[in-house]
Amino acid sequence: MTLLQRLGTFDRRRVRIVTVALAAILVMTIAEVITGTSDLTSRSTASAAFRLAIPILLAGLGGLYSERSGVVNIGLEGMMIAGTWFAAWGAWMYGPWQGALLGIVGGGLFGLLHALATVTFNVDHIVSGVAINILGLGAMRFLSSIVYTPETGGSVIQSPPVQGIANIDLPFLAGGTIFGWDTPDLFGWLENQGWFFISDIAGIIRGFAGGINWLTLIGLAIVPLTAWLLWRTSWGLRLRSCGEDPWAAESLGVPVLRMKYYAVIISGMLAGFGGAFLVLVQAGIYREGMTGGRGFIGLGALIFGNWMPTGVLGGALVFGFGDSLRYRGPEVVRSFILAVAIGLIAFGIFALTRSKIRTAVIQTVIGAAFLLFYLQVEEVSNQLLAAVPYLITLLVLAAASQRLRMPAADGARYAKGEAR
Amino acid sequence: MKSGKLLTSVVAPLIAIIIAFGLAALALLLVDINPITAYKEMFVFGTSTESLIITVNNALPLFVSALAVGIGFKMGLFNIGIEGTYLIAALFAAYIGAQFSITPVLHVTAILLVAVAVGAFWAWIPAMLKVKRGVHEVIATIMLNYIAFALSAYLFLNVFKAESSSLTIATDLIPETGWIPSLNPVLGWFGIEARAGANLYGFLIIAIFLGIGYHYLVNKSRYGYDLRSSGVNAAAAHASGVDPKRMIVRTMLISGGLAGLVGIAPLLGFYHQYPQDFPRNFGFNGIAVALLGRNHPVGMAFGALLFGFMQRSSLILDLKDVPKEIVTIIQGIVVLAVVIVYEVISRYVQRRVVAAAARATEAEHATVEVAA
Repeated sequence: MTLLQRLGTFDRRRVRIVTVALAAILVMTIAEVITGTSDLTSRSTASAAFRLAIPILLAGLGGLYSERSGVVNIGLEGMMIAGTWFAAWGAWMYGPWQGALLGIVGGGLFGLLHALATVTFNVDHIVSGVAINILGLGAMRFLSSIVYTPETGGSVIQSPPVQGIANIDLPFLAGGTIFGWDTPDLFGWLENQGWFFISDIAGIIRGFAGGINWLTLIGLAIVPLTAWLLWRTSWGLRLRSCGEDPWAAESLGVPVLRMKYYAVIISGMLAGFGGAFLVLVQAGIYREGMTGGRGFIGLGALIFGNWMPTGVLGGALVFGFGDSLRYRGPEVVRSFILAVAIGLIAFGIFALTRSKIRTAVIQTVIGAAFLLFYLQVEEVSNQLLAAVPYLITLLVLAAASQRLRMPAADGARYAKGEAR
Repeated sequence: MKSGKLLTSVVAPLIAIIIAFGLAALALLLVDINPITAYKEMFVFGTSTESLIITVNNALPLFVSALAVGIGFKMGLFNIGIEGTYLIAALFAAYIGAQFSITPVLHVTAILLVAVAVGAFWAWIPAMLKVKRGVHEVIATIMLNYIAFALSAYLFLNVFKAESSSLTIATDLIPETGWIPSLNPVLGWFGIEARAGANLYGFLIIAIFLGIGYHYLVNKSRYGYDLRSSGVNAAAAHASGVDPKRMIVRTMLISGGLAGLVGIAPLLGFYHQYPQDFPRNFGFNGIAVALLGRNHPVGMAFGALLFGFMQRSSLILDLKDVPKEIVTIIQGIVVLAVVIVYEVISRYVQRRVVAAAARATEAEHATVEVAA
């Protein structure tokens, strides 16, 4: 099947995903109209959500390689921390692009360590991952204490400010320039028309396409690249076979240990890239704890995305949106809570029409609770806002975890030449 | 076989500690610091009476935290959520404990019960998410950590904070009946006099009982048998009638209850109120201690003491122009090294056992043939 044919086939799952996404935007637009805020689907929210989604996406894709080869990678967070540190150091010493490269290398080194522990020494994957997280934090703090001395303007917990990587506007879609020629700004124009729903969607797309960062583009490009590499090449088939049944793969001559090494190192490199993104695009500085569990949220995106590249992208966007809400202030969170309430109740009624009474009742009750919260609470406090992305991750996983299928031999201890 | 087991469980952590200190020494050499003098400074400073008392004090929360992690590890259940659990539990315990005053022992017991109940409740959430919705406990407990940080910050600043205009932002002071007295008088009987400021926490007694209780629960009870068999072979345990879901919920509740007690030693032994900068990281370091101690109560006690010692003795390094962060490196490496070394040694022991068995059967064959 050619790519065009594949794009042309509307399988039901894809249609459903698009429908759900559109319905979610519709509900949020309605919530905006009720609350009188326009920030929930605005360009700035979309653009922030998008920017925040990329590190989660990269961590999730990292997890994808590793877990598709059968190695559970809880150490993504530690690898990401290494990425942030090395990216900041590289950018400070040499320049932003070198920083990105060093961030990838730094994450890859910790990936190598995880591979050494889990693949060669057969340590329990979660134990090794936990150890990597502890070691990553400690090692970076030690390096900071040596490198970022007070004379440099840094300290044990942060680097001096570093130069980031610049943004560009995409031509035609968002009025970017090609060789000095200003192209028309299609979605910007649509957004400014003020048409209900259509302008909201245009605003979201305009948010994606305007002021986009090089690293964002590269990060996005890794999604189709990964899909092609893992599902369209024999290398990918071998890698995935190690995650499904390493013993069978071994009997067919696949170098299982080597494939796992590749996968886990790539995993660390992607997580490191995610860390580099945080430093070079979002913060312009390394701060201890700046990853804030995004490596773990990336794992959440991986699970939510059913261990598929496009699924990880979807998960990352959902969690990136959750992450962006806390920066948009309490007003937006309040209208988001209303949107959740409307969505849940609508879904409950939908379930009722399909006579799934139990689901309907649960959905409606939870929706009513959200509605009550919206009506009672005038302002969501700043401290509670910090919990929003994690809460959303947890709720989404609780809602989605059941129909998922992870690689069959994910997390299995495998030693060459031994029986299963 | 018995000697092999002892070999792995004692030798592996020792080798790991040597590796960790060795690699850290290399790191120090790279930045032109003499590791021998640095370690000597740590040792000299760390072995004064005051330092040893503080080492034990530091070790207590880590030990309880390791027990909470260890019981889950025994059945392959990973409760990474100790960190958030103990903060929430300590906050509630401090707040509720300050609301009333009864006879000393009862007051402390009541505070402990509050901490256990809150901890168990917080761990019940991921247990339910796993059993009912299939959410992996690692992800759920990590997310709940962040939620606990946010929730405890919110509750502290908006609900539980004391109205008083004192300089420290904290909850109300717990009445003296709710304090756990220091063990320094007991030390005095043995002729050990500590300078003021170093008070051995009375929580030590409770921690010892918790360790003994852990041993009996895991190794001598019906529940412990089910726990260990679920860890070794979940399918076999299920087939023999162990309900995996019930085991998950029960183990998480116990783990959470223990986690609730992590912050009690400093809370009732030193602060007597919950300050804004209540000590952090006992949860994460507790995971390291559990790995180091191989989930064995004695091993974890040693691991906790080692970490407590490093935490205390590293304080001298800053005065000697050595980055004290070297200790976090040692802790990180020790955790990774111990799991790897353990794996390597147990494989070596296993191979020796197999080889010995093979030799024995061969010898038997030989004698049979001779007899024939």
